[in-house]
Amino acid sequence: MNIIVVGDGKVGLAIIAQLSREGHDLTVIDSNPNVLENSVEQCDVMVIRGNGASLSVLREAGADNADLLIAATSTDEVNILTCILARRLGTRHTIARVRNPEYAEQLHFLREELGLSMTVNPELDAATEAYRILQFPSFLRRETFAKGRVDLVELRVGADSSLKDISLNQLHKAAPVKALVCAVERGGEVFIPGGEFTLREWDKVYVTAASADLPRLINGLGLDNHKVRSCMIIGGSRIAYYLATMLLKSGVSVKIVESDAARCDELSDLLPNAIIIHGDGNRQRLLLEEGLKETDSLVTLTGMDEQNIFLSLYANHEGVRKVITKVSQNEYYNTIQEMGIGSIICPKALSATRVTRYVRAMANAIGGSVIAMTELADGRVEALEFLATNKTLHLNKPLTEAPIKPNFLIACIIRGGKTVIPQGSDCIKEGDGVIVIASGELAATDLNDIFE
Amino acid sequence: MAFHIMNSKIILRILGNLFLIEALLLIPSLGLAVYDNKPLVLRAILITMLILAVLAVVIRISIKKPEGTFYAREGFLLVALAWVLLSAFGALPFYLSGEIPHYVDAFFETVSGFTTTGSSILTNVEAMSRPLLYWRSFTHWLGGMGILVFMMAVMPNVGGSGDFFHLLRAESPGPSIEKLTPKTQRHSMILYSIYIVMTLLCLALLIIGGMPLFDSICTAFGTAGTGGFGIKADSMASYPPFCQGVVAVFMILFGVNFNIYFFLLMRRWKDAFFDEELRLYLGLIASSVIIITINVSHLFKNVFEAFHHVFFSVSSVMTTTGFATADFNQWPELSRAILLILMVFGASAGSTAGGIKVIRLLMMAKSTGREMQRMLHPRSVRSVRINNRPVGEQVLRGVNVYINCYLAILVVSFLIVSIDGFSLETNLSAVIACFNNIGPGLGMVGPAGNFAAFSPLSKIVLTFDMLLGRLEIFPLIIFFNLRSWNRVT
Repeated sequence: MNIIVVGDGKVGLAIIAQLSREGHDLTVIDSNPNVLENSVEQCDVMVIRGNGASLSVLREAGADNADLLIAATSTDEVNILTCILARRLGTRHTIARVRNPEYAEQLHFLREELGLSMTVNPELDAATEAYRILQFPSFLRRETFAKGRVDLVELRVGADSSLKDISLNQLHKAAPVKALVCAVERGGEVFIPGGEFTLREWDKVYVTAASADLPRLINGLGLDNHKVRSCMIIGGSRIAYYLATMLLKSGVSVKIVESDAARCDELSDLLPNAIIIHGDGNRQRLLLEEGLKETDSLVTLTGMDEQNIFLSLYANHEGVRKVITKVSQNEYYNTIQEMGIGSIICPKALSATRVTRYVRAMANAIGGSVIAMTELADGRVEALEFLATNKTLHLNKPLTEAPIKPNFLIACIIRGGKTVIPQGSDCIKEGDGVIVIASGELAATDLNDIFE
Repeated sequence: MAFHIMNSKIILRILGNLFLIEALLLIPSLGLAVYDNKPLVLRAILITMLILAVLAVVIRISIKKPEGTFYAREGFLLVALAWVLLSAFGALPFYLSGEIPHYVDAFFETVSGFTTTGSSILTNVEAMSRPLLYWRSFTHWLGGMGILVFMMAVMPNVGGSGDFFHLLRAESPGPSIEKLTPKTQRHSMILYSIYIVMTLLCLALLIIGGMPLFDSICTAFGTAGTGGFGIKADSMASYPPFCQGVVAVFMILFGVNFNIYFFLLMRRWKDAFFDEELRLYLGLIASSVIIITINVSHLFKNVFEAFHHVFFSVSSVMTTTGFATADFNQWPELSRAILLILMVFGASAGSTAGGIKVIRLLMMAKSTGREMQRMLHPRSVRSVRINNRPVGEQVLRGVNVYINCYLAILVVSFLIVSIDGFSLETNLSAVIACFNNIGPGLGMVGPAGNFAAFSPLSKIVLTFDMLLGRLEIFPLIIFFNLRSWNRVT
């Protein structure tokens, strides 16, 4: 597809990197030649220097014939203007990055009036992700498929876990829940495990289960099932505001530590029910005084990655049960993850994934059949959702008889709103949603790609 | 020096592909050798193809799947290595068949072909057999647009996503590259499509003009690559005037930035016709033609004939081709001086021609003007603009460094070549003719002469000047800088 990306900043670059890996024709517009140089060296894209909100530049980029334009500059107004212009020129779909909370509330109005196909807000995405993690604190990460009916969760096998030293075909005895272990990360390597695979301590495990079964899964696996009742947030950024709003609505008490007095005033106006602390979140004394040891969860959201990581390490040391760290550079994701400080969220990567999903859905309308996609284990494994059509091979055949390629795994089948965690005797029927786990190098764009 | 860098595997694998491509590209010559019944040449070509094929297969088998990333450094090293090795193997048919008895001479001739220089060490071109004449001209065509660009156009992406861009940048002439399409591969395909269509057009017109088929093919290759290997001792002089005219016009066309043709195809008239480089390029040609015509008119029967030969010579020299219809060595000093200057200027960036390139001159002139203004108004801030767009300071710095290196190499080569003891005019113009990929110079190496008399040392120096000129200095310098082979420094 012909895609134009305006704004080659952090978010823009993350989107470009993902989309260029999928083989789209990308044109990137930015006014800074240095970042453009960088992009052209990293990805196979064409770059145009200039203001994305100017007609001549958009014309030069071919906006009159583009399938999609993504406006991802740091200024909302520029993004919206760019999208309006592109629509007028004839671009079929537009996505704008809109991050101002005041605008965010009017999103629906904006979308319809301006012909926006979608808006992305990295900060809101990050807050939503953090909120979803806090709902089930035993999981490091949660991904939802099939309109929220199926969950793919990531968890670490602890020293006292009932999963430790269990082979996968014995799993149903340890936990009487329908769930499937679909990928295991051990010592930097990723496995798509068979039945003989034995889990060990410190393995990172990806499990699919029906969303309704999640509480039972937690009980069955003997995981920590406490509910988060209080949350401490360091850094009063926009993410903090969004997250606090969500948490307060669900009855969690929120304490925000922010060092800038003016921002504290602003936050206290916006969030009358939260406790706003004016102080330096780096001070150990302040953290202890404000009850770091007693809080259920800590989310570090300052603008400095190093600071966030360090604070999370400290909180982990002090025994805070759930810690979430925000990092804006995800290049060192693996290293940070190996530190074992809990969940990590990266706003730009979350937004890039959301955009990629949208693009896949667009491609789907044209010909492909991937409905949703998620990268696991730093992109080395992908979870893909397909729709089985009458052209799908091996319909109505038990899975044991279908020749599935190695390194592919059918993790879940969704049929008429019900979730089936497949066993050998199950089969794929026309109209089913099928979730497939694939090792990252094997690109599957169609359900039939998984068969020999 | 062993391969110490991380991605020697990727480099080797791509080299393997290039060997295979070169072996395949020798097939027409092979066919011609069979047709003409030349057993010695046939054997030489077969051995060369066999060596290339064996190397390609060995590399294919021993290096499975390249991993890791491809950085700018690998791009430069690969391009330099590819050009040196492909020339080294491309020289084998000449050497093995015995038609060029010394390997240094054969290497000189092949490099002269690939770099589209057109300088020859042959004292009698017409003695060479047709298969080798064909191969000699075909190297012009390949070298013109670049053999790696050719590989990019026909082969699926070898490495990761940004990889090809480094290659494109290292091989293509000009201070900066403007991609025509998002995908590098498509960009290469567009360039080669334009190139092939224009070559065919030139070929058709030459045949219509009454040139024999074989001569037309070789001449079309030499014109398209702006190379200049003639297959007759008097270059173009014995062909009908119409054919000479066709060659003159097409040389100018192949000296235009190929992006212009893409803009024309896309109906972006403004981008095409208002290009500052194009206008300056055509302006320089027009004014040189007028001045020289006036200067030499007394040597010819009438003004029209003078114009005909001057137009051909200016077009040939400015586009660094090197075909000749008249011996401009016999012209007055002013005309020879203008031609020598045009040799250094060269044609447009993004074309098949050599030289400094008109766009670099334009940037230099404009940035000099800016510095002048800064002397009057020390606090003034002004950006250098070309086609009404600001040129990045980094590009300007690159142009400055390029000119510095250019002069340094010119001086050093001139000194070494002077050891041979020929006249100053011969030595200087020989270096200029090779370094700018023109072919003939002045004096002993004028259109009627050749390079046979130089010592092997001078030939090697001139060979590398040709490569330096075609690859625009940096890839080769980086290649010979041992530090770039280390991983850490």
